[in-house]
Amino acid sequence: MSGATLLKESGPKEVFCGLTSIVWLHRRMPDAFFLVVGSRTCAHLIQSAAGVMIFAEPRFGTAILEERDLAGLADAHDELNRVVKNLLARRPEIKTLFLVGSCPSEVIKIDLSRVAENLNIELKGQVTVLNYSGSGIETTFTQGEDGALKALIPLMPKSDQKKLLLVGTLANAVEDRLVSIFNRLGIDNVESFPPRQSTELPSIGPETKVLLTQPYLTDTARELKNKGAEIIEAPFPLGVTGSTLWIQAAANSFGIDKSIVDSILNPLISRAKKALEPHVEKLSGKKLFLLPESQLEIPLARFLSNECGMEIVEIGTPYLNRDLMKAEIDLLPPDCRIVEGQHVEKQLDRVRDSSPDLVVCGMGLANPLEAEGISTKWSIEMVFSPIHGIDQASDLAELFSRPLRRHDILNPTKTLTSN
Amino acid sequence: MELTLWTYEGPPHIGAMRIATSMKKLHYVLHAPQGDTYADLLFTMIERRGSRPPVTYTTFQARDLGGDTAELVKGHIKEAVDRFNPEALLVGESCTAELIQDQPGSLAKGMGFDIPIVSLELPAYSKKENWGGSETFYQIVRSLLKDHSRESKQSWQEEKRRPRVNLLGPTLLGFRCRDDVLEIQKLLGQYGIDVNVVAPLGASPADILRIPNADVNVCLYPEIAESTCIWLERNLNIPFTTTVPLGVGATQDFLKELHKVLEMEIPQSVNESNNSKLTWYSNSVDSNYLTGKRVFIFGDGTHALAAARIANEELGFKVVGLGTYSREMARKVRPAAKALGLEALITNDYLEVEDAIKETSPELVLGTQMERHSAKRLGIPCAVISTPMHVQDVPARYSPQMGWEGANVIFDDWVHPLMMGLEEHLIGMFKHDFEFVDGHQSHLGHLGGKGTQNTNKEAIKTNLQDSVITDGDPIWTHEGEKELSKIPFFVRGKVRRNTENYARQAGCREINEETLYDAKAHYKA
Repeated sequence: MSGATLLKESGPKEVFCGLTSIVWLHRRMPDAFFLVVGSRTCAHLIQSAAGVMIFAEPRFGTAILEERDLAGLADAHDELNRVVKNLLARRPEIKTLFLVGSCPSEVIKIDLSRVAENLNIELKGQVTVLNYSGSGIETTFTQGEDGALKALIPLMPKSDQKKLLLVGTLANAVEDRLVSIFNRLGIDNVESFPPRQSTELPSIGPETKVLLTQPYLTDTARELKNKGAEIIEAPFPLGVTGSTLWIQAAANSFGIDKSIVDSILNPLISRAKKALEPHVEKLSGKKLFLLPESQLEIPLARFLSNECGMEIVEIGTPYLNRDLMKAEIDLLPPDCRIVEGQHVEKQLDRVRDSSPDLVVCGMGLANPLEAEGISTKWSIEMVFSPIHGIDQASDLAELFSRPLRRHDILNPTKTLTSN
Repeated sequence: MELTLWTYEGPPHIGAMRIATSMKKLHYVLHAPQGDTYADLLFTMIERRGSRPPVTYTTFQARDLGGDTAELVKGHIKEAVDRFNPEALLVGESCTAELIQDQPGSLAKGMGFDIPIVSLELPAYSKKENWGGSETFYQIVRSLLKDHSRESKQSWQEEKRRPRVNLLGPTLLGFRCRDDVLEIQKLLGQYGIDVNVVAPLGASPADILRIPNADVNVCLYPEIAESTCIWLERNLNIPFTTTVPLGVGATQDFLKELHKVLEMEIPQSVNESNNSKLTWYSNSVDSNYLTGKRVFIFGDGTHALAAARIANEELGFKVVGLGTYSREMARKVRPAAKALGLEALITNDYLEVEDAIKETSPELVLGTQMERHSAKRLGIPCAVISTPMHVQDVPARYSPQMGWEGANVIFDDWVHPLMMGLEEHLIGMFKHDFEFVDGHQSHLGHLGGKGTQNTNKEAIKTNLQDSVITDGDPIWTHEGEKELSKIPFFVRGKVRRNTENYARQAGCREINEETLYDAKAHYKA
């Protein structure tokens, strides 16, 4: 590893739990339904994180535990069975149902895998019922996707076909673009996981080469490896460098000639660098503090420091998977401070002490920091926006330069005060 | 177990957070896992608060459960008291912590702090947000005032001073509370009544200790303050007012009630018709077109009840639906609905509310953030009158709901989504011109009409096929369909159903032009 300083911190945290990832997962797989087995808090969390819900009937919901469900577990299992059947009767378009564990369901030990197993026998394949945990006592934010994908892996058919498998939810447009680039390089068989339809799962086998699009898929990567797939080591496809190294790693793994790769990527790289210029001008020399939340903090810091010239004060990360992050950490500037875990009060003290120009943080903290005159960027935006790939590098940079530009327009000299 | 796709109220600890965040110099230690920290964004995003809620979450993890979570809780309590130095400390738990039974309140009380500790027990698996807010406010007031002397104090007349009242109930994430407080303060000032303490909004624990200095409590938001007002009346002999000053009539009634409780003479000016512009605007000729507008009302208890009265008595609307998501308020909403010839809709299921809207074919929906979405899907104008709300329901401008100015705001907010009278008249006149697009609503500025129209047409087609297939059901003739198409789209569905019911009752096999008029006469009679 490079000279990055790795520190650990514990204390009160300010991060979402894994349930939040339902917000993008249900959009990726429109034929799936995510049923949280939890409390009113869980329901309120998802609807608050998802913002305003505009769907007549959303593809996620909560089976809210009530007092009598806590009394007897057998009854709770029966109750859940009843709720699921009502739901499926009302929503015949559902092909895959995820039962999502929560803090209360984990604490009272509702056995969702058993409920799922029984339902699968009863439903005879009309609907596939799966389960995973998105509970906040075990998972943070993006880890929910890791759990959902891991639950799908046993259903993936076996195959000896040579293929490239992109793993992790991407915006559809970005996914199409990346696939077309791989096709141009000569990798024809490219599939994605999760798929756009939950029933169209890609096959997997020893000839499958996995390229992770997101840094939070620890369990999924391990399970895919157990299925015989090879995990290609690479940094993540954020920014020009990260995306280039990511594509090159796949090309190498498929034995594609370097000159072909260069001839296809070089024009994209020079175009992307040119598009980055105005943002680099704005971001260069500015101080950046990343609070832990999405797990994208390390790759983002690497992009913003190496390609945009930002000075990194601190990179917070909810947890650190040193294997998956190795390629990223190696690219970080020396003496970069990475803090795993969180003590939100102490961390905010450090934010104030270091007076950064931009803080990447959760939605709860953004306005209080803005009110102190510190520009912010919501980390949840990174999991919604099309930011992956060489062509998207300037869009990614724009997400960070815009708050600075806005701050300068509105407050050329003074800081804000709010109520 | 209850399947919930969306919920009007959060869990009870969110209510507690609303009280804690509304107040000053108070801190809340919440035994809860990390995901529960989402609640901060309700305040910092929806209300655009520039400061974090004064809440420390213990954020325990699965690996802590095997060890000593009680020690973990105590560590967080100590750190929170040291860092934030509050005048009083709230200690409680969210749904998950309730299951592991660490009793954080008792732990805190055993730690030897010299500040009041208020221990909250909010059953997360049976109660909801407003109940949690009410209980928290009650516990704070009770804890801080339980040792207060019960000796009868002198009245304002005896002390030869102006009468003083407390305004109880306003909170953050309540509907327009900030502006309501200003409006009521202004209103009371005009009648020589001073405001002693406003709580919870903006009050510190020290302010709570000053509550007994008032002559009367004004219960502005019963959902939050009623149980506290009852306790203060029973224990400290402070009477309270029960009329919520929403609308012209209710503001008059409130002022009369308050004057009476304070033993003051009711001034004539209370009844003057120009206190609020709502009265004249509603009497102006343009508002003739508001007569009998069908309005569907759903929200928290207080705002739904007030809206029904305003709609019915002050704007001349016809209330076609009335309901609340608040079970605690059902007792008050049911008779109000009954008085309007309706059955109250008491539910926490927004889809049930949407179905009720469809069923009653209103021309205006008054509801929460969710009814705005439902109404948009149905192409019906809507105004938001109650929480839960969205960031756009926290306007930058001064826009109270209570008092005279509140009535002005209500007139604008409810009437603007509807077509202006003259405009509606013109549209009626020209509706058969080829330029006319059915469903046009110039003031709505949304495109909901188009899609809804198509869906409506689809629905009509399917209905039609159904009725052809079903033996014994009446069939629409070409003339009947043509006449039906002249009826405004928002009531067309209802007219179709009514006419079919009538035809069935009357034994008609066919519905023609005349059957429609027969049915119309039948239902009007």
